[in-house]
Amino acid sequence: MIATQGLTFGYSNAVPIFQDFSWQVGRGETWAVIGPSGCGKTTLLYLLAGLRQPTSGQVLIDGQLLERPRPHTGLILQDYGLLPWATVGENAALGLRVRNFYGPDGTHAPRDYRPSGEVNPWLERLGLTAVAEQYPQQISGGQRQRTAIARTLAIQPDLLLMDEPFSSLDALTREDLQDLTLELCAEQKLTLVIVTHAIEEAAMLGKKVLILSLPPNRQPVIIENPLAGSPGYRQSAVYQSVCQALRSQMETS
Amino acid sequence: MKKRDVLLTTLGLLILWQLSAMLLNRPILPTPLVVAKVFVQELGHGLVLHFLASLWRVVASMLLSVALAAPAGLVIGQSPRLNRLFSPLIYVLYPIPKVVFVPIILLILGIGDLPKIVLIFLILFFQIVVLVRDQAANIPPQLIHSLRSLGAGRRALFRFVYFPASLPAILTALRQSVGTAVAVLYIAELFATQRGLGYYIYYKGSTLLDYPAMYAGVVAMSLLGLGLYFSVDWLERRLCPWLHAS
Repeated sequence: MIATQGLTFGYSNAVPIFQDFSWQVGRGETWAVIGPSGCGKTTLLYLLAGLRQPTSGQVLIDGQLLERPRPHTGLILQDYGLLPWATVGENAALGLRVRNFYGPDGTHAPRDYRPSGEVNPWLERLGLTAVAEQYPQQISGGQRQRTAIARTLAIQPDLLLMDEPFSSLDALTREDLQDLTLELCAEQKLTLVIVTHAIEEAAMLGKKVLILSLPPNRQPVIIENPLAGSPGYRQSAVYQSVCQALRSQMETS
Repeated sequence: MKKRDVLLTTLGLLILWQLSAMLLNRPILPTPLVVAKVFVQELGHGLVLHFLASLWRVVASMLLSVALAAPAGLVIGQSPRLNRLFSPLIYVLYPIPKVVFVPIILLILGIGDLPKIVLIFLILFFQIVVLVRDQAANIPPQLIHSLRSLGAGRRALFRFVYFPASLPAILTALRQSVGTAVAVLYIAELFATQRGLGYYIYYKGSTLLDYPAMYAGVVAMSLLGLGLYFSVDWLERRLCPWLHAS
């Protein structure tokens, strides 16, 4: 699904964040990316989203060279992703409205795109029907992230990229949305890459966890976590040991 | 603002006016009742035409400045490079009191409505450019990234982000500058015209010494300012409902 080949990226005059970095993500896998502040995890996500271009090397999605945002990739950011002047319903329909705006041109919307404005099933699925007419500042943080999820799923992505999506939420809402994310990924057969700074979140969501360290990142450091997301995983001993393994790996790298 | 509070305040001001007029007891300050009577009489004797002349000039300049300043502010604000290029120019021109250009504008544009409209336009233009530019420049990058990831290119960003984001800035700029616009209109209408409330007030007061009629003109000009202010307020509530959602 995703392949980075010899990926090199740096902001001008600084140590490159990625240097000849090669990494693969298979279709349907769920990955968590974790690391300290400044390790480049958000940069990696932006590279995968096509919002930044590598200095050298390539990002391939589905075998295609990524040169700009790809219509079948969904991106969810921590905050500020919703339009304050649009209602929850309008925000959820935003991706569809953008596609209707351009039509199926293959660049901004898939070539096989059929114009539709049908977002209500998603609002219902995410429990947002009652607040569909409200504005983002009138609803809770959890509902805002649900709106962002509805907006992304409405464009029928096959790849979901998330940048610390739940870090400003309270613990219970966070766990609730983590479970929902896994459920939706399984249901829609999505490939997931989620960036987080929380070890518990990485251990809960990523069947594979990519650990980044301070730049430059050359070799991907990966911890396998095959049981992630299984029922009751948060309470299991395996989960605890994965958390421990992640912690010690982060300390050494 | 509650309607009741506005009405009560107006009533209070009228009472204050009445009391001052009774205390001063001189022709230069007639009571509100006298002015009201003359106001109604004058409506039939040309005051309406003067009012309409002024209204046209100020509304035309408002529309012209929105039409030119809003796109300019948007284009400058969304591009850091253009912003660096134009900001020094705006920074220097913005604080210059445009009203001192009256004689120059009159010399160049002559008599008629155009110089008056241009003068008010100059003032409104900079107010709107500055507010819209800042609004466009301060849109969180996360919002732009989210939209781009949904497939939005430059055109869709203008349609779905920059344009709606700048609407409140345009309306705020208009509301803040309505008072100035009407004040400048008064100045502009003192010169080279025989139409408009500025001319009317000056002519009745200084030439004919007809104080009640002069006050009728002042009332008309105040109503013009209030009416414009309330209209912009109303527009904002219609066009920007999210600002008023609790």
